[in-house]
Amino acid sequence: MSAPATARETVLGRIRDALALAPAQDVTVPRAYRTGRTLPDDQRLALLIDRLVDYKAHVHTCTADGTAATVAAVLHDRAARRIGVPAGLDRAWLAEYDGEIQEDTAELPAPRLDALDGVVTASAVSCAETGTIFLDGSQDQGRRALSLVPDLHVCVVDLSTVVTGVPEAVARLTPSRPTTLISGPSATSDIELERVEGVHGPRTLDVVIRTDA
Amino acid sequence: MRIGLFATCLGDTLFPDAVKATAVLLARLGHEVVFPPEQTCCGQMHVNTGYQREPVPLVRGFAEQFGDAAIDAVVMPSGSCAGSVRHQHEIIAERYGDRALRAAVTTVKAKTYELSEFLVDVLGVTDVGAHFPHRVTYHPTCHSLRMLRVGDKPLRLLRAVDGIDLVELPEADSCCGFGGTFAVKNAATSSAMLHDKVGHITGTGADICTAGDSSCLMHIGGGLTRIKAGTRTLHLAQILAATRTAPYAPTEAVR
Amino acid sequence: MSRTFLGMPATPPRAPYGEGNLRGDAAFPRAAEGELRNEQLRRNLGRATHTIRAKRLAVTGELPDWEQLRDAGSALKTDTMNRLPELLEELERKVTERGGTVHWARDGVEANAIVARLIEATGSDEVIKVKSMATQEIGLNEHLESRGITPYETDLAELIVQLAHDKPSHILVPAIHRNRDEIRQIFLKEIPGVDPSLDAVPAHLAAAARAYLREKFMTTKVAVSGANFGVAETGTLSVVESEGNGRMCLTLPETLITVMGIEKVIPRYQDLEVFLQLLPRSSTGERMNPYTSMWTGVTPGDGPQEFHLVLLDNGRTAALADKVGRAALHCIRCSACLNVCPVYERAGGHAYGSTYPGPIGAVLTPQLAGMHAAKDDPNSSLPYASSLCGACFDACPVKIDIPSLLVELRHQKTEQSGTTPEKLAMKAAAGVMKRPKLYTAAQKAAGLGRVLGGRDGTISHLPPPFSGWSDSRDTPAPPRQSFRAWLASDEGAATLQGAADEGARQRAAAHDDPEEQR
Repeated sequence: MSAPATARETVLGRIRDALALAPAQDVTVPRAYRTGRTLPDDQRLALLIDRLVDYKAHVHTCTADGTAATVAAVLHDRAARRIGVPAGLDRAWLAEYDGEIQEDTAELPAPRLDALDGVVTASAVSCAETGTIFLDGSQDQGRRALSLVPDLHVCVVDLSTVVTGVPEAVARLTPSRPTTLISGPSATSDIELERVEGVHGPRTLDVVIRTDA
Repeated sequence: MRIGLFATCLGDTLFPDAVKATAVLLARLGHEVVFPPEQTCCGQMHVNTGYQREPVPLVRGFAEQFGDAAIDAVVMPSGSCAGSVRHQHEIIAERYGDRALRAAVTTVKAKTYELSEFLVDVLGVTDVGAHFPHRVTYHPTCHSLRMLRVGDKPLRLLRAVDGIDLVELPEADSCCGFGGTFAVKNAATSSAMLHDKVGHITGTGADICTAGDSSCLMHIGGGLTRIKAGTRTLHLAQILAATRTAPYAPTEAVR
Repeated sequence: MSRTFLGMPATPPRAPYGEGNLRGDAAFPRAAEGELRNEQLRRNLGRATHTIRAKRLAVTGELPDWEQLRDAGSALKTDTMNRLPELLEELERKVTERGGTVHWARDGVEANAIVARLIEATGSDEVIKVKSMATQEIGLNEHLESRGITPYETDLAELIVQLAHDKPSHILVPAIHRNRDEIRQIFLKEIPGVDPSLDAVPAHLAAAARAYLREKFMTTKVAVSGANFGVAETGTLSVVESEGNGRMCLTLPETLITVMGIEKVIPRYQDLEVFLQLLPRSSTGERMNPYTSMWTGVTPGDGPQEFHLVLLDNGRTAALADKVGRAALHCIRCSACLNVCPVYERAGGHAYGSTYPGPIGAVLTPQLAGMHAAKDDPNSSLPYASSLCGACFDACPVKIDIPSLLVELRHQKTEQSGTTPEKLAMKAAAGVMKRPKLYTAAQKAAGLGRVLGGRDGTISHLPPPFSGWSDSRDTPAPPRQSFRAWLASDEGAATLQGAADEGARQRAAAHDDPEEQR
């Protein structure tokens, strides 16, 4: 018997030996936890807002008609004069914004993103129970660096994309897409295990929920 | 019922009053208490210290002494010894025993109980007719709480005691630091745990700290007398055994 | 199993002795002593662990299906271990299909060499790092420094530890042993150009770290990360974090190197629905951590265009070969067991001498790195660093029965140790206890031990090895009479008969007058 040639063969061989020495125990995965939950619009909305606010996100609600006004008001309140947007963002959302708009490209270096006051993106899915927004890199959400480097993230969430729990949210994702889960602004619990908002990711998260979209 | 009383080696040798109280209580409740005379030790200290070959005769002895079908239930005033019988004897029998031992261990395990769970679950009583006019705080021992899951059964028994002033123990479910040979092998860490436990106990102003395990009470009691605290320890069985006609009277040295 | 004709299965090796961070300098009791004397450390740890316990209980209590999630998580891990070879091959295939490169490392030494070679190939002499237990375990930073590569830890706690030339003491919060004032002092001393008026407000300390690392994130071309989960079905890797330093490292550099223990693979993408609920609630006590990143190979135009995955054994297969011990590989590194452990709370993480402290460390470290009886190995003291109180088992989101693993490892230790004074004493004790007559005689002899007791009936000084016990506890002198002697006496018989009679009277009275029934 010749010695295995590669680390790959060695490690896989060790695993098979280990499983021969201590054979597998039969197991069926019980999935008795809650899945496929649904809640009426008003309850999903209330739950999401409660959870977002609890983790120090700022929440604004509007109708689809009011998107441009709401986004403009948020950016104005945050004194965001230069913002970045993904190439596929619905520009109608910025119709009332009077600052400078930088459309993102893959070539734009990170320090240029760092010079922006904020970023406006859409979102893929949200989970009400945990207050989590999922970005999946679609055209209206952009590459991951765009929603990360600027210190302000204004994220538009359509109520129709808000689901109740984590299983419902995971079921809506496309695994191959680079996916980022965001629950509030960046935070740390590293000092005496007390949560402090604001470290490397955007220190301010404004969520604009469109209740009829 | 015909109840086989397991005294535990610690109870038999060092804390007989807790075992006497258990026997008295069960007799008062109308049950026949038998004491298989060849019983000694469940082997828990061996297993918990890493020795599994040595206790094989102890495991076999327990199964033989209490396996008798004429014994309806095996009761002991100890959560950790009951835990050993229920969770460790099978491991020992599986590894170092024969088929007969494995079968015997399974049989006896099914009818083995710690005192409070026997009273509440099997006999269905919480008021055992006790009278104990003292301020008492209860420490749930780790093995009764997390290995046997006795939950609030001891507290339900205590709440039904006539005249008792039961006070809550802060951070009650924290370990007192005993852990058998842990208290010897890691004495400094154990002492730090004991220090906090004793502080919580004395803070309640209780006359008595009770629990379902003489081992943990020995540890806590040793810490209490060392600081000359006014609180003393007493096994749960001794409170439940006390009545108006036969009140609790300390016979052993203060522990 | 097709290996039968290849010969007998061989026991896989432990992590190489003396490499990495899986072994301390001193046995646990001695290492703990220094920590126990540190009042500041005790206060820091007590405060932090009590804070997190309350938060964890609140958010796990919110979910009515918490126990069902734990059951699913536990079973998923068992299923994963059962199918580990297939799952790893599937993961490798999917990552490769998506433009990543997969490397295998037999141990930490090999993994360190692979990572260093990959970094050198980029031409960079510095690397930004996401907090990773695996790279801490193998001592990657030390290895990189020896090759002239500067690693920058970017997690706030890891940064504190690195700046203080300290060692991590907690899985989730490596600087848990430091309070805000100490952190301020470290920053003032070690961060170049820091504002000298920096105060100890946690938000201000976090801001100082942000300012310090900002430029590193913008300019460094290589990052090294660990992984919380690797999905076999899709090739998706995942990092769960809070600060955004993870997103920075996973997104901005040109090259990403991820070091993942082989046990971190999970079968299906759907399984994330379980672990993304179990992990944050168990670790930081949050419903969801602020950021989770999931990536699959390379995405054109988004993130690193070169991705390497290093799959690490380093003793994991040795643990897998033990049918009881293998459950330690189910760990998802939430650190809930540390936060509820009364021993960890007092002794602190450094006493364990390993990257993995606390209850899980006490069962994982000896399995990864071994307990070398001949070398008086500190690791052989770890399974004894527990009172077996069981709080860890209750807190574990994947239901690892840590107390049972501790007892099992203690057994393995005594089996390896040959003849010791302790073993002889245990044999002697069992020898007495298995002979009831001898036992009864010994009880009588113990009764004579009453002479050891002082006037109050207690013993306040005992010789070694019991002197540590008697330093802070009195021991009761044995009673005059054992229980069995009492039971056999006339007094015993009369007492029991009296109790039976009293009970009968009470029941008769209650029967006659139900109103009087208590």
